[in-house]
Amino acid sequence: MLRLLWLIPALPLAGFLVLALFGGRFSRRQIVWVGCGSVGTAALVTALVGADFLRGFPDRPSYHQTLWNWIDTSGMTVGVSWYLDALSLLMVAVITGIGFLIHLYSVEYMSGDDGYARFFAYMNLFLAAMLTLVLADNLPLLYLGWEGVGLCSYLLIGFWYREPEYGAAAQKAFIVTRIGDTAFAVGLFILFTQLKSLSIQQVQTLAADAWPVGSNLAVIVAVLFLAGAVGKSAQLPLQVWLPDAMAGPTPVSALIHAATMVTAGVYLIARMHRLFELAPPVLEAVAVIGLLTLLLAACSALVQRDIKRALAYSTMSQIGYMFLALGVGAWSAALFHFLTHSCFKALLFLAAGSVIHSLRHEQDIFRMGGLRRQLPLTFWTFLIGAAAMSGVPFITSGFYSKDWILWSAWSSPLSHRWIWFGALLGTLLTGLYSFRLIFRVFFGEVRTPPSGAPGVAMLVPLVVLAFFAVTVGFLELPRTLGDLPLFSQYLSHVLPTIETIPGMDESVEAHEQIAVTCSALLGIGLAAVLFLPRANVADRLAGTSLGRTLLPFWQGGWGFDRMYDGLIVRPWLHLTRESGEIIDRCYESLVVAAESFHGWLSRTQTGHVRWYAATVAVGALVLLGLFAM
Amino acid sequence: MPRPLLSARLCYSAFLRCNRMVLWLLILIPLLAAPLAWMGQQWSRHAARWIAIGALSIDLLLALLLWSQDHRFQDSGHGSWLLESQTNWIPLWGISLHLGLDGLSLVLILLTAFLGLIATVASWTEIQVRVGFFHCNVLLALGGVIGVFLAIDLFLFFFFWEVMLVPMYLLIAIWGHEQRRHASFKFFLFTQAGSLLLLVAIIALALLHQQASGRPSFDYADLMGLTLKNGMGWWLMLAFFIGFAVKLPAPPFHSWLPDTYTAAPTGASVILAGLLAKTGAYGLLRFTIPLFPDAISEFAPIAMGLGVMGILYGAVLACAQTDIKRLVAYSSISHMGFFLLGAFAGTELALQGAVMQLVAHGLSIGALFMLAGALQERLYTRDMRQMGGLWGAIPRVASMALFFALASLGLPGLANFIGEFLVLFGSFASQPFLTILASIGMVMAAIYSLAMMQRTFFGRKREARIERDLSNIAFGTLLLIAVLQVWLGLYPRPVLTTTMPVMETLIQPARPSSNLIHPPSEFLPSSNSFTSHVSAP
Repeated sequence: MLRLLWLIPALPLAGFLVLALFGGRFSRRQIVWVGCGSVGTAALVTALVGADFLRGFPDRPSYHQTLWNWIDTSGMTVGVSWYLDALSLLMVAVITGIGFLIHLYSVEYMSGDDGYARFFAYMNLFLAAMLTLVLADNLPLLYLGWEGVGLCSYLLIGFWYREPEYGAAAQKAFIVTRIGDTAFAVGLFILFTQLKSLSIQQVQTLAADAWPVGSNLAVIVAVLFLAGAVGKSAQLPLQVWLPDAMAGPTPVSALIHAATMVTAGVYLIARMHRLFELAPPVLEAVAVIGLLTLLLAACSALVQRDIKRALAYSTMSQIGYMFLALGVGAWSAALFHFLTHSCFKALLFLAAGSVIHSLRHEQDIFRMGGLRRQLPLTFWTFLIGAAAMSGVPFITSGFYSKDWILWSAWSSPLSHRWIWFGALLGTLLTGLYSFRLIFRVFFGEVRTPPSGAPGVAMLVPLVVLAFFAVTVGFLELPRTLGDLPLFSQYLSHVLPTIETIPGMDESVEAHEQIAVTCSALLGIGLAAVLFLPRANVADRLAGTSLGRTLLPFWQGGWGFDRMYDGLIVRPWLHLTRESGEIIDRCYESLVVAAESFHGWLSRTQTGHVRWYAATVAVGALVLLGLFAM
Repeated sequence: MPRPLLSARLCYSAFLRCNRMVLWLLILIPLLAAPLAWMGQQWSRHAARWIAIGALSIDLLLALLLWSQDHRFQDSGHGSWLLESQTNWIPLWGISLHLGLDGLSLVLILLTAFLGLIATVASWTEIQVRVGFFHCNVLLALGGVIGVFLAIDLFLFFFFWEVMLVPMYLLIAIWGHEQRRHASFKFFLFTQAGSLLLLVAIIALALLHQQASGRPSFDYADLMGLTLKNGMGWWLMLAFFIGFAVKLPAPPFHSWLPDTYTAAPTGASVILAGLLAKTGAYGLLRFTIPLFPDAISEFAPIAMGLGVMGILYGAVLACAQTDIKRLVAYSSISHMGFFLLGAFAGTELALQGAVMQLVAHGLSIGALFMLAGALQERLYTRDMRQMGGLWGAIPRVASMALFFALASLGLPGLANFIGEFLVLFGSFASQPFLTILASIGMVMAAIYSLAMMQRTFFGRKREARIERDLSNIAFGTLLLIAVLQVWLGLYPRPVLTTTMPVMETLIQPARPSSNLIHPPSEFLPSSNSFTSHVSAP
């Protein structure tokens, strides 16, 4: 069964090819069968392969499959080859599983759109690229997937191509991430030039042998890789594209900009963890970037009017948690949060999509309200998602993953106390912004009446994801609550387990957990005070002078857009507005000079004999004078 | 054995036996078909087109047959040709009809025949006046290009170099767009000035050979054995470099290109960007780098710097354009910058990437010009400010344009990526700083490619007019190029192994004396007497 591994990325790719070439002639039903069928089959194959892999696990920790030699010349050998281990299996399972659910959801969500085939073609291509990214055995192949997902993100953000703003958002996403990608590519050049290898496993072994911990080269390469990761995962300072990326259809936001692609940076750092461990300063930077992003994005999420933008900022914030975990060396905790986040964030987006769908593409939460009774199932699933995101204790998956990260931030020797405090503040803000959405959208008076409830194809993914958003957390129970380290044991064959500072026993952990729980619950309570329609404190706060300055600042994402606009975009536009070309002008001036010279000379040909005689005489005199000298 | 298979076998072995003639056939078929195409105009409207297609198909087939003898490429390199044909021409001056084929020339000949077909298809609807003469010129130019790729006698080389120039000039001057007069003059002046330098340098080399060994020679192998005094080598190298860099083009000799590419008819643009640029590249690889190894080692950083300048300068200006064809033209400068960077990096990886870049760029730029031509035919404008929202109206044009825009921005999995990446990987070893600068070009490529898509095909539609989409033939042709792009992007091995032996010898330009017909030691006096010779007058 393991030999079927290549089918996992190949099936969505085949789906894409079929839809791209013949999609125009297919009926909707056929499009659905190809688009969803290919992904569903890929999910099934993943189940088979995964079962087979786990049967031999952990005696056989990885499986390697080479299809053909991609580049093989002059000392560079790069294969199209797959590498399956505990980490990539986890990623593949999430991608195909959630990918299939979101495809299913899209069948109904996109049913009124005339670009039906195009939509499923792009989505299939995205899955193929994403699976290539996580299964790649070597860095160029990973880069292929990396650029591939960026491309699909571009295509899907700009899916409704008739709107120029959507196109601008799509371009922005592609170009901003490409800046990170280019840094990543330079990292590859250095790695290859120094170590003569590009295989992910081999190159890290070589690096560990060749470079001492903290050596310059290791730090430079790690920084460049981090730049790539930061771009893809929308972390500071390349985070500006994600909020605008919400221009795409909601299933796209759920799949690409929440559950899978934006976590590629987390995957990259986890995959290259041996390299990052050689560069402790960079690891610290990862944690700080994560912390800053999580706080800044949380504040911005708190004040958005557009439900999807609010969720986008919350995604940035949650990925900030993952980066923080990676930075403090809690590799498995980061991946665990990835897993739970994929479930609850996909759920939140799909539930939000169901609201938007019912309200005929209304996205402003100030025009929503009272939908609790009108869309009960959507309400309950959204509630589960929001609870999981804010980490409601014991019953939601988000609690377990976030608790693990905070405990690591407290107990890891790589961490600092202020990082923990920052992350704690983050949990409060998370509760606040998650339940702000709940109270604004589902409580209070009905502002826009819904036009019909979502159908089966949309409800099934919601219910399934809600189920997982609750249960997936039980895969890893902390020492104080049941002590079931299934997930960390599973990943311990790939990622190093976290060390703790001595003296961090269970009673300390229990106290720390109580603090985290209180903070999250406090956030939810505060949300009730601020945003429940009857209290209406929030609007009064916004009216104060502080509120009036902070609100637009946070809404605009802390002025990053304006800063980049002034520093980069405007100078660039100015540079490219001058369409005349300097070098060409030099050559053209030659032509002008020759022409004027010719005009000047031809003016001497007057046809007057007197003039000719005079010039001959003067010329003769000058020549004679010269000879005489 | 079944009869047809047997006869195929027999044909094939006969073909192998007259291999040497094959080299001449490759050149002569298009050259001889040219007047035929002109005359064909009288018989029917499409006769000229079919004659051109027929001749180029035969050429392509011949080249493919040669390529199928794959195993023999392992031992072909500089000085050891896969196929060689030599006949005396003007023995007094040491000029002979000397053709030689190795991996590099074969790959480029395949590209020539293929792009020639593309150019013919691209002109199918566009060219309606003097169809015969148009195809006559196309075939003459292509014959010249193939001759350039095969000639290893420098006199013969220069002959073909000029053969391809005049028909090109006519193509632009007669069938071009608005600015054709200005553009064709500019093209002619620039390339002629480059050629003049080249001619002087070639003659100087032949004379130096006479001084060294007593008889002039234009033969590649003889001239490879020449030891040049340092200063002299430098100046001759510079002449060879500029002569070829004009064609490439590299800044600051590129200024003819945007005007010319834009004013030329689609078919000629395809040939100009896809093939004429490659003759410059080929000249650099075949002559400039191996003939002057000492001077090159000093000059390489400058050439690489010019390459990077081309990448960035071309990309910035591509972003500034509103004319879609000019945008593509500037992007071409940017892409050939990658070639220049790789060609002078001095590592095998970079050289392999540079050759791959030639092939990939030839394919992508050909397709892009075809698409720009298709847009102009439908909208009667190339101004992107007057386009927009065309995706729904002409989905075939739009989807193909998207594909080739992605190819041109270097999306992994397509051929351009292989070229650019190998160049960057290879150059990083010798010039890390320049390589990092060059990689910024990848971001800029994304900017101008996506801006082109946005302004043309996305956004709101300007007019409600319904345009007709691509014809099946045009669409099929573009699809074929797309398939080739994907194939070479995922499996570049066929090209890379073919050119590998040539590139291997290029990085060690120390003259392999055993391969030479006239070992340098026999004819060359000691370097002292050589210097005195030169300084005597």
